[in-house]
Amino acid sequence: MMLSVQNLKVSFAPRKGTPVEVVHGISFDLAKGETLGIVGESGSGKSVLSLATMGLLPRNARCSGKVLLDGSDVLSASERQMCALRGRKIGMIFQEPMTALNPAMRIGAQIAEGLRLNKGLSKSDARAEALRLLDLVQIPHAAERIDAYPHEMSGGQRQRVGIAIALALEPELLIADEPTTALDVTVQAEVLDILERLVSDLGISMVLISHDLGVIARACDRTLVMYRGDQIELGATEQVLRAPAQDYTRSLISAMPRRVRASLEGTAHV
Amino acid sequence: MSDPLLCVRGLRRHFTAQNRVIKALDDVSLDLHSGRIMGVVGESGSGKSTLAKHVMALERPDAGEVRLDGQNLFALSPSALRAKRRDFQMVFQDPYGSLDPRLTVGRIIAEPLHLVPDAPKAAARRDMICAALEDVGLPAEVIDRHPHAFSGGQRQRIAIARALLTKPRLLVMDEATSALDLTVQKQILQLILDLRAQHGVTVLFITHNIGVVDEICDDVVVMQTGRVVESGPVRQVLDAPREAYTAKLLSAEPMLDVIGRKERARAGP
Repeated sequence: MMLSVQNLKVSFAPRKGTPVEVVHGISFDLAKGETLGIVGESGSGKSVLSLATMGLLPRNARCSGKVLLDGSDVLSASERQMCALRGRKIGMIFQEPMTALNPAMRIGAQIAEGLRLNKGLSKSDARAEALRLLDLVQIPHAAERIDAYPHEMSGGQRQRVGIAIALALEPELLIADEPTTALDVTVQAEVLDILERLVSDLGISMVLISHDLGVIARACDRTLVMYRGDQIELGATEQVLRAPAQDYTRSLISAMPRRVRASLEGTAHV
Repeated sequence: MSDPLLCVRGLRRHFTAQNRVIKALDDVSLDLHSGRIMGVVGESGSGKSTLAKHVMALERPDAGEVRLDGQNLFALSPSALRAKRRDFQMVFQDPYGSLDPRLTVGRIIAEPLHLVPDAPKAAARRDMICAALEDVGLPAEVIDRHPHAFSGGQRQRIAIARALLTKPRLLVMDEATSALDLTVQKQILQLILDLRAQHGVTVLFITHNIGVVDEICDDVVVMQTGRVVESGPVRQVLDAPREAYTAKLLSAEPMLDVIGRKERARAGP
């Protein structure tokens, strides 16, 4: 199993007072090559869940349960052990490509950074690999753009750079937290196309977090629905959308714009 | 058809940045009739928010007119424009930034009353604000609380109550539901439809979300890089788009029917 989350609970301890539990027991398994969508509204705990998986929760967070990455427990791992896993085992794509990238560093160097530190590539080898990755995420004229700064690129291009960084160390698991939420809808479609194709071609597992069921539907084998820290429903994406077992899932679907809902009904026979 | 309530003609606004001319608005015209909801849809950089600012007379164009009830807003004297402002009000995108955190809900909603010379005072004013709160589905008791006590959706209801207090003819909403969760967005969209039915308010609804336009708008204007690409009744434009860009916007929206697409793609060669 690539990732196994077992009864994960997360609480935050305020400076004074009793800890507040924000994730109340989430369990799921993710097989190699499988994609899982996590959908929920603000405050559902979906981002906390992804940060727990990366071992990136703030210090005042307390976790219980298990997060097994390829069999080894992330929650009990030291920061040193986590550093060895991050990038190599798990890659992460963040929502805001402008804040996730270093504004003072050329994008080629940002992609090459992990390659040099983690794989010990030489400067020129790392640059060549960065160029290959920029081609892979379909940055036009990659050879000219490799020395650009993030502010010289559009939002969609910046997010492609984010994908290139996340894939640079060939992780087995990719966690994408609202990767296209900050993008225009036509750009979102392009970025999702690239992301889906790479995940499928490279055979890596993906956890895709989104508030948008449409984004989940097009990319994910299975879907986990969260609400206020609770696991509401987990199942094959098609089943969750076509035959939701829970009222909350139904209300999420009915909150989608009419023409998006119509697309679900229109293909019931397919 | 009667004269439009809002008539935008040949609106032009160019900015110069780093020796490049950015045509934020390039000959934009539209007619919005009383009691209708018009969506202005486009992606970032399409000029839709610049359009909203000009319709609100918060910015002056290089050329063109914004006529409300036949009066060109840019031809009015400052005091006449100020007096006119009670007739057109705005709801902003970010309900966290648009409400003053130091004021009570009652004070926030009463803000536009300074535009009204004979505004009610004391108890009558309080009654008016309570009625406005109930109109947007909030209990009157919240009048003395501060914005921090409210969720995003509740804050947007407060912002709508404020915008409607002077009984404006035109409400401009700039991405007013974009920061909200989908289930909350649905409630606010329903509220807009209810308020239109009750008060007959006319709405210019700026959004990047074509699904929302389909949901509540009667008419739609599609914008791209400062120009109107296509406009008309919603059913006509969205069901049979004439322009490639409109079709592209429609097809880019993630649908729910792509389930199994991956499986089909894998099964293929």
